[in-house]
Amino acid sequence: MTDFSWNLVTDLRLMWSFHFMQNAFEAGTMIAVVAGIVGYLVVLRRSAFATHALGHGGFSGAAAAVLLGANPVYGLLVFTMGMGTGMALLGQRAANRDVEIGTLLAFTLGLGLVFLSLYKGFADEVYSLLFGEILGISDAGVVLTVEVSAVVLAGLALIARRLLFASLDEDVAEAKGLPMFGLGLAFMLMLAVAISIAVQIVGVLLIFALMVTPAAVAIRLTQRPLYAVLTSVAVALVATWVGLFVQFFSNYPASFFIVAIAFGGYLSVRIGQALAGRLSRRAAPSTPAPS
Amino acid sequence: MRREGLDDPPGGGSGDVGSVIRADGLEVGYRDHVVWKDASFTVERGEFIALIGPNGAGKTTLFRLLLGLQRPRAGTLTVFGVRPERGNPRIGYVPQRHTIDNETNVESETLVRLGGSGARWGPGFSWRAEREAAAVALRAVGATELAHRPLGALSGGELQRIFLAEALIGNPEMLLLDEPLSNLDLRRSRELVELVHGLVQSRHVTTLLVAHDINPLIECLDKVIYVANGHVATGRPDEVLTSEGLSALYGVSVEVLHDSRNNIVIVGGENPHEGRGP
Ligand SMILES: Nc1ncnc2c1ncn2[C@@H]1O[C@H](COP(=O)(O)OP(=O)(O)OP(=O)(O)O)[C@@H](O)[C@H]1O
Ligand SMILES: [Mg+2]
Repeated sequence: MTDFSWNLVTDLRLMWSFHFMQNAFEAGTMIAVVAGIVGYLVVLRRSAFATHALGHGGFSGAAAAVLLGANPVYGLLVFTMGMGTGMALLGQRAANRDVEIGTLLAFTLGLGLVFLSLYKGFADEVYSLLFGEILGISDAGVVLTVEVSAVVLAGLALIARRLLFASLDEDVAEAKGLPMFGLGLAFMLMLAVAISIAVQIVGVLLIFALMVTPAAVAIRLTQRPLYAVLTSVAVALVATWVGLFVQFFSNYPASFFIVAIAFGGYLSVRIGQALAGRLSRRAAPSTPAPS
Repeated sequence: MRREGLDDPPGGGSGDVGSVIRADGLEVGYRDHVVWKDASFTVERGEFIALIGPNGAGKTTLFRLLLGLQRPRAGTLTVFGVRPERGNPRIGYVPQRHTIDNETNVESETLVRLGGSGARWGPGFSWRAEREAAAVALRAVGATELAHRPLGALSGGELQRIFLAEALIGNPEMLLLDEPLSNLDLRRSRELVELVHGLVQSRHVTTLLVAHDINPLIECLDKVIYVANGHVATGRPDEVLTSEGLSALYGVSVEVLHDSRNNIVIVGGENPHEGRGP
């Protein structure tokens, strides 16, 4: 428990005097940026269920890694990327793959159960995998997070426009010569990496708070993809930073605050838009005058 | 039966002499079933052609062939003098199916721009030239005021105009339009047909258009390609569009009427094979 003063500068200075908080902020910032961008594509491609499945399947991978005495992130990366490849092989129209994804999800969760039963004294690791625990991230963990984030961001910079086209108008994009399977696979792999690192902050159960909610807020606020991506990243960043800050001074888990802030943002946008719609309907009578 | 192969003209840009499309003994199908076969026809530059035929006859499949998305099982096909390959910038395409639904909160202009630059590498921030090209394409289809409306909030007919703008942005020499009139009211379909016809005449854009209702097209057509019963045939509109011809094509009785101004009107009748009660 750390003392909170009402002077923000002193608070921040105090917080960042701790090495583990520096680590948490560095990793958290990278993760929020990646999650915000990838999340926009998740919403656009209607891949929320795939995201959910990858997170939960990744849990089994993390359990396997713990069993082998390795960093859970490696297990997450291996499992989510394997599952992502499987989903890309299943077909291109993401919206129509619920059944296949569900089948894959049930199987990987079953594997997770086996790993859990093989290893005693799992409780702490399981808890932090389910709900996230970024404060414990090691120096090596930060380096790994930054490295894989950089790879994803570079890949996205390269194919962002093609991916956007393929997500918005599949048949025309295919006719224009875009490699639809390759793009689908690239997206699933990026999603897998984003989820694997985001699990460190929010855990598999709350993964939507970073991967879906910020983008859901953004897509309601703007119709331009670039602005939407920036908004989504901003929401993810604010949620992450505030979450870490509050956790440091209150000892409540950061993931709760991240979820709460993201959800609060979503709720206010929905309510704000409903009110705005009502007001504009009242301002402009619904029967147009004949011209 | 000849197989497509080495005797095709080599790929390259300068095969413009002669027909835009040349099909010879084409056969096409999926896995074990043949959709149609023995198709031989040519399409000349600047022709406006309607593709008609019942559901499942293989009209969309013909487009997929022309776009290089699918290979013929037999026969040869050349488009602009070469074997069709995916990603030909000289072809503008409006598919029958679309990924967009009413939740797609992305402004229309973005889609139109992607029609021109969506295959490029890089993140694709908005460049001036690209925006201007999109504005020109939107103006050409009379959709300037839709540019900043979200795709998900457009009506079916408004969407069709956006798709047409998306196909037009690269100044294609050939347009493949798969049922572009399916969501349009009478006035809008006439407008769209006139618009496309204008392009055909002013820029000599060769246009193939799939339609189930041929009435709005009749006055502009150069040729009709009909796909039915496992075959593809072409003819002049007045040859194909007869009561006998169309009835045979669709397997229902169809009447072709001539009105006082000598326009023809096609009226679908009952299916003679389905003995429905009164
Ligand atoms: N991917 C596919 N795999 C197997 N069969 C297919 C596939 N796509 C189309 N077919 C079949 O090929 C035939 C021709 O389909 P196509 O889509 O070309 O018809 P169409 O003339 O465009 O029909 P519509 O008027 O309904 O659009 C149909 O019998 C259809 O079932
Ligand atoms: Mg079709």
